[in-house]
Amino acid sequence: MFCSKRRARQLDPPDSILWDVVIAGGGNAALCAAITAAEAGARVIILEGAPKPYRGGNSRHTRNFRCMHEGPLSVLTDAYLEEEYYNDLLLVTKGKTDEHLARLVIRGSQECLPWMEAHGVRFQPSLSGTLSLSRTNAFFLGGGKSLVNAYYNTAEGLGVTVVYDAQVQHVHLEGDRFTHMEVSVAGGPVQRFRGKAAVLASGGFQSDIDWLIRAWGPAAANFLIRGTPYNRGVVLRDMLEQGCQSVGDPTQCHAVAIDGRAPKFDGGICTRLDCVPFSIVVNRDCVRFYDEGEDTWPKRYAIWGRLVAAQPDQVGYAIIDAKSIDLFMPSVFPAMRADTIEELGVKLGLDGQRLSRTVAEFNAACRPGSFHPTELDGLTTQRLDPPKTNWARPIEKPPFYGYQLRTGVTFTYLGLKVSDRARVQMPDGSLTNVWSAGEMIAGSILGQGYLAGFGMTIGTVFGRIAGQEAAAHVA
Amino acid sequence: MSHETNALLQEARRQLEICNACRYCEGFCSVFPEMTRHKLFADGDISHMANLCHNCRGCYYSCQYSPPHEFQLNLPAALAEVRQDSWEALVWPQPLARAFHKRGVMIMALLVVATMAMLWLVINLRSEGGTGFYAYMAHNLMVAIFLPAFLLPLISVAVGLRRYWRLTGGKAVVLADLKGAFASVARMKNLAGGHGEGCNFEREDRYSNARRFAHQAVMYGFLLCFASTSVATLMHYLLAMPAPYPLFSPPKLLGLSGGVLMVLGTGEMIRLKLKSDPGLGSRRVWGGEMAFILLLGLTAATGLVLYTASGTAAVALLLPLHLGTVLTLFLLMPFSKMVHGFFRLSALIIDEQKKRA
Repeated sequence: MFCSKRRARQLDPPDSILWDVVIAGGGNAALCAAITAAEAGARVIILEGAPKPYRGGNSRHTRNFRCMHEGPLSVLTDAYLEEEYYNDLLLVTKGKTDEHLARLVIRGSQECLPWMEAHGVRFQPSLSGTLSLSRTNAFFLGGGKSLVNAYYNTAEGLGVTVVYDAQVQHVHLEGDRFTHMEVSVAGGPVQRFRGKAAVLASGGFQSDIDWLIRAWGPAAANFLIRGTPYNRGVVLRDMLEQGCQSVGDPTQCHAVAIDGRAPKFDGGICTRLDCVPFSIVVNRDCVRFYDEGEDTWPKRYAIWGRLVAAQPDQVGYAIIDAKSIDLFMPSVFPAMRADTIEELGVKLGLDGQRLSRTVAEFNAACRPGSFHPTELDGLTTQRLDPPKTNWARPIEKPPFYGYQLRTGVTFTYLGLKVSDRARVQMPDGSLTNVWSAGEMIAGSILGQGYLAGFGMTIGTVFGRIAGQEAAAHVA
Repeated sequence: MSHETNALLQEARRQLEICNACRYCEGFCSVFPEMTRHKLFADGDISHMANLCHNCRGCYYSCQYSPPHEFQLNLPAALAEVRQDSWEALVWPQPLARAFHKRGVMIMALLVVATMAMLWLVINLRSEGGTGFYAYMAHNLMVAIFLPAFLLPLISVAVGLRRYWRLTGGKAVVLADLKGAFASVARMKNLAGGHGEGCNFEREDRYSNARRFAHQAVMYGFLLCFASTSVATLMHYLLAMPAPYPLFSPPKLLGLSGGVLMVLGTGEMIRLKLKSDPGLGSRRVWGGEMAFILLLGLTAATGLVLYTASGTAAVALLLPLHLGTVLTLFLLMPFSKMVHGFFRLSALIIDEQKKRA
């Protein structure tokens, strides 16, 4: 399981080596820290919890990097300045952010992009269907896994040792000082990895369903986890239990409505469903429960995770007709399809007659007017509760299509509090030689909601800071 | 359509539908932009994308859904299977295509038979009065064998292309189509990875231009050899200047440089193929593809050796060997990997049309 260039070391028991920097985690932030520290001359080991094919944590599923820039930069057009960026963040977090850290990340993002390119990441113009992001977000050619591959190759070239399938169970502190991590490699006995400095970048806890249930409530048992099954928050919990300060709401997670047929874990981007604004959404009992046309989908997809979570069995069903099937990105699995609403209801496992009645009531409440799929068109229902305030066209043209919706968890907000130099905070000051980065600390900056591509920005900026600081500490 | 063809198309369709909901790979090659123009994939659309795919493998190594993920995405392999099947199904006569593509042994057996036949001719129909190679086999006899051996397979290919054009919705070709398609071929753009650093053929998730360059060496080498033969034919008939030609003559300069490029290129192609993961291509034709590269390399190598041996007694053996390789290569044009050139160029032309549509 050891993948070192220096093969002789493979034979050494881990305990006999004193590493300069031991990194828990193997995603974007961990890799940025590893590369930065190794370039500064440190002897670095990465303990990645996943086996090699699943390496990279949730970074595997990402697609872009939100980047401040004063003029055209790489694939980014125009300019995206600090104030606008910060305001975008305020809008999604509704003010739940740490302004100092947030501005640090935003300002740092500009120099990250060339750094990323220099370390193997390749960008591509905005993907089709995402033109709105071409100014603010630089897309990775091949997506996040491609970025992860590039960083592992770069790290390997710098002599960084990588251990896959390495479950860090405990980060040992003596006073305010890290001494070693206790790690089980490939399910084997616990070994110690000793180091002069530690970087913790092993993500949130969203894949530990029991923890999610304790935090959110029993409904969480039915949630799907969009990302890696390996983010179980073991290191996070260990640090919190040792008295580290936390940030972020411990009960909350970022959840969106996704295709209900998605796998329990790791379904990623393709399980999203963009049909809601053109549909009506009913619950298990064929009852509508929220205004599907409240706003454009990029502004509303996140609340639908919660809305569906609040329904019986945590499931919803979006119903559209032939007029709307081509108005949104294709779904990963073909829609359920039928020539009548009743038949569609039966195929979806619903009461067909009740579904027909709900659709008929909705259709009767629709009013003539002009329909514009890409903007708020004001085409609203009358005397319907809840109303549909935009894109309300009768569902009448067969064939009819239906999608099951479930709640898909992207990440959790609970994390470690760090200083602006990424140092992990205790109630009485910083730990001497422990830094943290990535999703694990994002909760202070992103206290609520989500801003596309911002997770990767936090990970890159703080990963590099953590690597720099850790290397400087051991130098 | 055969049951097998259907199953291959269905698997490719399953994978493309997942890809189309992700689209992270858009910048790698021409396949993905074409994919995003569809929501549903007709059989012809899939065949078109399969023939557009150059098997650079960028999408596989970047894919968060490749095995062991339960989505089991391996688009390079799925498209390779459809592509391979399309050549075998569309080229006429189909049984010959089905027989040779997947059997390297058959290709090599034909090579032996063709060489023996040439040897027999050289021994038994030795020409009188010819000079150079024509002392071993009369010019007219060579023409009588090689002209039909070249033209008949072209008819087979033409039938296949006509069917392919219909299947994929190709239209009448205009100059702009050719410009775009040839520009892509000339630089092997679809093996450049979108960033110019190449493909992921033999170095897993690292990029490399090795295959792109090797392919171009073979392709340009082949074109130079073809030009050499064409120039020689013109010189023979129009200028009454029959072979042999001196070193500093167009046929020799073209042929020698082409031959050297082909030998180097095919050698590199074999090395790369041995390093690459057979699971990302059509596994069942691995042997046939290898035999075909070998045949191409042998054709060039025997030509070069024959040239250096001119005037010696070894020509009596080397000439039939070289002619045997050329004959095999010609005869198998529709029934071996050689046919990919015709289909790939067609796909690139049709893609230009679809881009404009």
